[in-house]
Amino acid sequence: MSNMPFEIGKKAATRDAYGKALLELGRLHPEVVALDADLSGSTRSEYFAKEFPDRFFDCGIAEANMAGISAGLASCGKIPFMSSFAMFTSGRNYEQIRNSIAYPALNVKIGASHAGITVGEDGATHQCLEDISLMRTLPNMKVICPSDAAEAYKAVIAAYEIEGPVYLRLSRFSTVIAHDDSYEFRLGKGEVLKDGGDLTIVATGLPVPASLEAANELEKEGIHARVINMPSIKPIDKELLIKAALETKRIVTIEEHWITGGLGSAVLEAISEDAPVWVKRLGIPDVFGESGPAAELLTKFGLDKEGIKKSVKDFMNS
Amino acid sequence: MENIELQRIANKIRKGIIISTFHAKSGHPGGSLSATEIFTYLFFEEMKVDPKNPHDPDRDRFVLSKGHCAPGYYAALALKGFFPFSDLEQLRHTDFYLQGHPDMKMVPGVDMSSGSLGQGVSAAVGMALAGRLDKKDYRVYALLGDGEIEEGQVWEAAMFAGARKLDNLTLIIDNNNLQIDGAIGDVCSPYPIDKKFEAFNFHTINIDGNDYDEIRAAMKEARETKGMPTVIIAKTIKGLGVSFMENEVGWHGKATNEEEYKIAMDELEKAGEALE
Repeated sequence: MSNMPFEIGKKAATRDAYGKALLELGRLHPEVVALDADLSGSTRSEYFAKEFPDRFFDCGIAEANMAGISAGLASCGKIPFMSSFAMFTSGRNYEQIRNSIAYPALNVKIGASHAGITVGEDGATHQCLEDISLMRTLPNMKVICPSDAAEAYKAVIAAYEIEGPVYLRLSRFSTVIAHDDSYEFRLGKGEVLKDGGDLTIVATGLPVPASLEAANELEKEGIHARVINMPSIKPIDKELLIKAALETKRIVTIEEHWITGGLGSAVLEAISEDAPVWVKRLGIPDVFGESGPAAELLTKFGLDKEGIKKSVKDFMNS
Repeated sequence: MENIELQRIANKIRKGIIISTFHAKSGHPGGSLSATEIFTYLFFEEMKVDPKNPHDPDRDRFVLSKGHCAPGYYAALALKGFFPFSDLEQLRHTDFYLQGHPDMKMVPGVDMSSGSLGQGVSAAVGMALAGRLDKKDYRVYALLGDGEIEEGQVWEAAMFAGARKLDNLTLIIDNNNLQIDGAIGDVCSPYPIDKKFEAFNFHTINIDGNDYDEIRAAMKEARETKGMPTVIIAKTIKGLGVSFMENEVGWHGKATNEEEYKIAMDELEKAGEALE
């Protein structure tokens, strides 16, 4: 399929890709329906709503009900994509997702935009830093966190083909697109962006490009870092991680999420029995987020290029 | 079906409730017994369901939103032919398919997994929405507890169903007036129930939920009501059919011991004989 609306080198947010891909899926598959909880403009489900008003259901500000309605629709053969902010459709309705969607393994896709601290100015109440943790703990749930709009587009299209519940972690913040139409998203597979033997950087989502930039600059300083993009957090690419652990002995994980329960924890779980090595987890420490422009917050929490470089150097010297 | 035939089925369902919870040494007989007439009427008179074709896309749907009353639900499904009645003796047993709360993946005839209160009703709304979208004429029924409607999600679902005018949806409230901590009016009163649903744009019907004539008339009225969903507020007696359980909150979630089991089964046996 080559309807990719995102061009390498241009800027877009992963939520934009979600909206475009959902619209494309709506055109291709009559059983795809969309639900939102009064945020269709922000989640971009409005693209679908405008073209398919009869297959779009705005539930109002009632995320728990939206999850249950999605379950009911899925039980009747529909493929619902329900959208809201990550905070409200992983946190607010966690138990509805658990008991009404994940337990019966219903074919519901959750489009969770505005994840992480890059929601920015809205501050801590809206900065969901635990959704990877909450969702990946659920049996039957798949968790995907794309790193740019092109990858997100491919991942959303792929989510349609995955039987059962899928959680798609999406961002509001626009970033430079690093993938092109030839990229193939594969559930359970990581993508090696750069080879290296001194350590492995495993990143997911929005900080992936900064991780690669940091690694490229460190190369000139004599640190040869392998860089892995890990959009599929559950299932995770255990094979690729074990290989990296055995070959490079050190791992740094990078995510726009609390360092408990997220990618870092998933990596530790993946390697601990077969290839236990020294792992440094970068992300948001055990504190709530705060208001500020997204780029400044990434800098503050050390998730921009300079912050990552510094942390990696410290780790290599420790 | 004549009322007397429905009464005979209900008597068997009541036995199934006592048998299954006794063998499980746990479970919820009180609310299963209060809803027995509703289970009976739905599965043996009202709904188009076929145990030979449990996934028929045109079937009517049922969601037991008060999922803890699985013993009554399972007994009705067993008598309808979805699985052997004798399987009820293994309710809640390890490695057996009859889970403590309804499980759509494991139990034949169950349309939605439920048990966490307040959630089933939203799923029923989704099913009604799918039916409308597919231009199918199946109906969706959800049975809720009167304590359950203290959950906020019930009102999110009701607001949506009312706003969307889902007239293929019938909610039934099993108003047995008791929840775990006591009388619902004392714990955190949801009364007046009918006026609340009316305000959420539902057609409301108040009935005696243990009386087949009233259930029959209400179901007909619900089917014939267009442009809005219907809620049937069914006044019932918790524990009905077993003398020592009637209106006793202590029997919400407790199984009989050997002695109690014999008394309960003896009472039900006699009640059954009186119907022959």
